[in-house]
Amino acid sequence: MTAVVELMDYADVIERFDPVLGLEVHVELNTNTKMFCGCANEFGGEPNSKVCPTCLGLPGSLPVVNGKAVEGAIRIGLALNCEIASWCRFARKNYFYPDQPKNFQTSQYDEPIAFNGYLDVTLDDGEVVRVEIERAHMEEDTGKSLHVGGATGRIHGAEHSLLDYNRAGVPLIEIVTKTIEHTGERAPEVARAYVTALRDLLSALDVSDVRMDQGSVRCDANVSLMAKDATEFGTRTETKNVNSLRSVERAVRYEMTRQAAILADGGTIKQETRHFQEADGTTSPGRTKETAEDYRYFPEPDLVPIAPSAEWVEELRKTLPEMPSERRKRIQGEWNLTDEALRDLLNVGAVDLVAATVEAGATPDEARSWWVNTLAQEANSREIELAELAITPAQLAEVIGLVNSGELTNKMAKEVTHGVLAGEGSPSEVVEKRGLKVVSDDSALIAAVDEALASQPDVAEKIRGGKVAAAGAIVGAVMKATKGQADAKRVRELIIERVGA
Amino acid sequence: MTELIKLSAAELADKIQAREVSAVEVAQAHLDRIAEVDDHIHAFLHVDTEGALDAARAVDADVAEGNAPKSPLAGVPLALKDVLTTKGIPTTVGSKTLENWIPPYDATVTRKLREAGVVVLGKTNMDEFAMGSSTENSAFGPTHNPWDHARIPGGSGGGSSASIAAFEAALAIGTDTGGSIRQPGSVTGTVGVKPTYGGVSRYGLVAFSSSLDQAGPCARTVLDAALLHEVIAGYDQMDSTSINAPVPPVVAAARQGLTGDLKGVRVGVVKEFAGDGYQPGVLRSFEAAVEQLRAIGAEVVEVSCPNFTYALPAYYLIAPSECSSNLARFDAMRYGLRVSDDGAHSAEEVMSLTREKGFGPEVKRRIMLGTYALSSGYYDAYYGSAQKVRTLITRDFDAAFEKVDVLVSPTTPTTAFKIGERVDDPLAMYLADLCTIPSNLAGNAAMSVPSGLSHEDGLPVGLQIMAPAMADDRLYRVGAAYEVARDAANGGSLVHQVPELGGKK
Repeated sequence: MTAVVELMDYADVIERFDPVLGLEVHVELNTNTKMFCGCANEFGGEPNSKVCPTCLGLPGSLPVVNGKAVEGAIRIGLALNCEIASWCRFARKNYFYPDQPKNFQTSQYDEPIAFNGYLDVTLDDGEVVRVEIERAHMEEDTGKSLHVGGATGRIHGAEHSLLDYNRAGVPLIEIVTKTIEHTGERAPEVARAYVTALRDLLSALDVSDVRMDQGSVRCDANVSLMAKDATEFGTRTETKNVNSLRSVERAVRYEMTRQAAILADGGTIKQETRHFQEADGTTSPGRTKETAEDYRYFPEPDLVPIAPSAEWVEELRKTLPEMPSERRKRIQGEWNLTDEALRDLLNVGAVDLVAATVEAGATPDEARSWWVNTLAQEANSREIELAELAITPAQLAEVIGLVNSGELTNKMAKEVTHGVLAGEGSPSEVVEKRGLKVVSDDSALIAAVDEALASQPDVAEKIRGGKVAAAGAIVGAVMKATKGQADAKRVRELIIERVGA
Repeated sequence: MTELIKLSAAELADKIQAREVSAVEVAQAHLDRIAEVDDHIHAFLHVDTEGALDAARAVDADVAEGNAPKSPLAGVPLALKDVLTTKGIPTTVGSKTLENWIPPYDATVTRKLREAGVVVLGKTNMDEFAMGSSTENSAFGPTHNPWDHARIPGGSGGGSSASIAAFEAALAIGTDTGGSIRQPGSVTGTVGVKPTYGGVSRYGLVAFSSSLDQAGPCARTVLDAALLHEVIAGYDQMDSTSINAPVPPVVAAARQGLTGDLKGVRVGVVKEFAGDGYQPGVLRSFEAAVEQLRAIGAEVVEVSCPNFTYALPAYYLIAPSECSSNLARFDAMRYGLRVSDDGAHSAEEVMSLTREKGFGPEVKRRIMLGTYALSSGYYDAYYGSAQKVRTLITRDFDAAFEKVDVLVSPTTPTTAFKIGERVDDPLAMYLADLCTIPSNLAGNAAMSVPSGLSHEDGLPVGLQIMAPAMADDRLYRVGAAYEVARDAANGGSLVHQVPELGGKK
């Protein structure tokens, strides 16, 4: 039943077309309660356990605005360099669907709370792209449908559907970019970088859990192509169900190759909503509609206008944390990093961890080295993000401290981190349990050195003869005898001393 | 015991506190009256006998213990329009869609009534979803006007007004979107008030037109209405359109009015509310009322509000638009009627078939009108323009209230028409709201107080008084003073001229 979809080779796409993107990101705010009622705003829980007359849309119920959500919306707008509306209203977006309790969504239409902003996005190679923001507005989330009986869990082929309204009414901020043009072959990359940068910004603001896997951040990608000599935008498609940063990039790329093939063949692009398929990176058409949806927007009569005072907005501006991009610039300066070194850090997601380790007492170079090398390997082998490793920056700083004070060798320090990662406890507890202590007592070392020299007389002879390098074998023997807990440098010094004795 | 049902709410409350009669006796007398006449009148959709008696018993317990009464209306029986939610008690809004819906929560108005010790007897009949001017649009059969069984009691709150005209309750609550408290009041010879928009909470008021709906008091006297007004009004944080300011002092104003003197009060007669389409008997009664106002000291002048002539068309764009959105929630998914859910129909089909079955013709008419008016490309021409007319009407009121303290007009152009007379002519039906609609659009306060019987047909006529927003007290002062003058001229209270209803018909 699936038709073979022709795709144009990517290089050809770029040669013949300019991609045009529009990204819509929906963010669930982490307020305590929902947008228009006092129900708890929490992920999970028994279905329909966090509902009330208002978020169920019962007859007679009315909405009341969550002030913290408005605050969050304004802060997001400010962080995106937007203008904040001095006066705006909510509007009803009318459409029927079982997950929409009132069969309209209380949203904002032509009066968004924030508009005309931008976000500077740094790509992997350091190029900076300015993505312009059209608007950010407040709205409410829908309930969740569970379609039962079909093969794919989607509505197609299902026997019946279940509705959970716990999520209905959760505050959402919708952030819409202006059209993103002139990105050429980097379009998919730009899309991914934008969503990543936006996610980092929202995380810094602490307005959302920003978990794409839990749906607290959702991205819809609008893609169209313009032939090189075209003067108007092409028809766009909207791809939904893009659940990870990687998927954003894949979805954009796929749509570009799919649309190019159609256009090159003389066909036209159908304006439609498409679904991203995680398994193979393709997009499939959503339900076709005979007529475009007419939402019959009108101002929400149950709510009064939102008119944030200039004073309040300025107060909120002061609460903005250092934005991720500013922070990176500052850190690069403070730690004296080259662009490449900074990028390495960013690529493994280490910036915050390094900063925290430095704060806990390590030097930037030490912290960097540990996170980017040893710990990055540990994360990779466990197939998790650096931030998910079971060792905290403070603990790492402790380990580094122990090396600096001579209580641990580098080798032992690595063992200690293994112990912490394995859940054996804090660094000092691991040191205790595993008996990892540098043998710094010279008398014990001298005894071991003497014994090793005695058991390898020919090596001892070579050392006496001036072949200092031969001491390596003795060092090895002493390290073995002390279970690696001797300071190799000291051992070597003692060997030179004792061999002459 | 029949005397009890003829007393005013104020009198009943006093007698209960004075231990001359118990709240249970009062409640029972009214329940008996309902049993006696409601087959004939059909004002009630649901009678909550046990709930009412429980509430009455609680009031009696308070009296016995010497506690201060919960309110000046403790123990008074009241009929509640079936558009306000009552926890555990059916709330149908006169529609098949909610025929068996039992709300899990009380409206704020309901809660306030219970906290005030008011005895809620039951839920009254209404035009479906509050859309209508005759109560003929109820899915459960019309209510009959106690003055003439073959005539409409007005709408949409015909059940509430008829119940008090028939002495089945001392008080009632109605809701007024385009005149649905005032016009029934007018045609049943009772008092009905639409408070300032935002004066009474809409939480739990099943929405028809959100920017127009307002709950208000229905009573047989102006003072009773004032007492009830003070119980139900006030800021409610559950309603974002609720006004955060003290309730205007309506009871004090009513008492002041009862002294019968309106010296210094400036009254404006709205020029546009007369002429063609107005029944001569209505106009004559109105003119007599205006004369009486003059006689008790009011300065009466004519005032022109030219944009009022556009009020009706503006209303019939705004209200249907909002209702098309407010009624979208009735989709068979979470509550209410559900048809054809037999495994052979999709959710969308079940929604569609259920709405087809659940809504009556007037509701469908308005949903379609509203959907059309809001649709892409038409917003500016219809809804947008209507809202601009609304601003012009508000400005007319503002200009008028610079010159006068209150405005007056007939409440509605005719007396009660016959059941069936206008059902096939929606536009003719809409004309009943001609005079009442401007106050809904502007959000100011308005009252209908009986002005006597029409000389042509002996049926009640209403005088409409309009006051600026948050000046509801002016209605009560003028209304009470007029009431005294009217009764003096009549040789007795109007209310007791309603035909005796006895025995079942």
